[in-house]
Amino acid sequence: MKTKPRFRLLPMPLHSLILFVVWLLLNNTVAPGHLLLGAFLAIGIPLLTSGMQDAQPGFRKPLATLRYVFMVIGDIIAANFEVAKLVVGSSKKLSPAFIAVPLNIEHELPITILASTVSLTPGTVSAEVSEDKKWLYVHVLNLTDKDELIASIKHRYERPLMEIFEC
Amino acid sequence: MEFWIELVVSAFLILGSIFVFVGSLGLAKLPDFYTRLHGPTKATTLGMGCLLIASMIFVTYQQGYLSVHELLITLFLLITAPVTAHMLAKTAMHHELEILDKTSNKALSQRARERMSP
Repeated sequence: MKTKPRFRLLPMPLHSLILFVVWLLLNNTVAPGHLLLGAFLAIGIPLLTSGMQDAQPGFRKPLATLRYVFMVIGDIIAANFEVAKLVVGSSKKLSPAFIAVPLNIEHELPITILASTVSLTPGTVSAEVSEDKKWLYVHVLNLTDKDELIASIKHRYERPLMEIFEC
Repeated sequence: MEFWIELVVSAFLILGSIFVFVGSLGLAKLPDFYTRLHGPTKATTLGMGCLLIASMIFVTYQQGYLSVHELLITLFLLITAPVTAHMLAKTAMHHELEILDKTSNKALSQRARERMSP
């Protein structure tokens, strides 16, 4: 599936903006020379690579995206304390498990983001996605209640993502 | 350098090193490959985060302008850590690495390896 660019010179406006900002951050400056070089890269790289792009649903709700990012950061901090406790404690008490989480969202980008979020948050690492993209296999470090965990992943992470991508 | 900045920077450094240490400890002491994955992917994110905040405060104070390299490092860490963990778990399943006996639903890894529905 090919995307049809809206502007010929800027086929991926968002990517261009991100490239530009990252270039300035990398150099830690707003000197005119770097502004020019950054602009050159921000326009040149998308022109070269836009042909390889697959169509993905875009971020429709910037506010919801921001809220999601902050929620995930909060959960990462909580996850770290939890995993630290489990690691320091006796490993005999752990009850690791594999679970399969049914997916409602479609498209590769939202599933990738969901899988990454699951990997970053409390005691779970996403291991594989089924071929039909309907199941996410997750390894859990210490499983207490399988149904509750699945429900929390779906409710806490999948629903906001569905809202953000409108799919 | 003022005392309170030194205090904040060292507090973040110590907290960060504790988390990085716990992550490495998990890598060394947890029983099987899959549980070992959990240590480095998580404890390290917050540990590195703390170290980067410390670096940001220190450099900003010393140079007199805001240092933002650390934000980029954080961003790249957040993108790469879960992908690495995912690829490692996937590889482990394809190599049929030993899974801890008490792991519940062990059979699921078989289904996951074939990328089938459970």
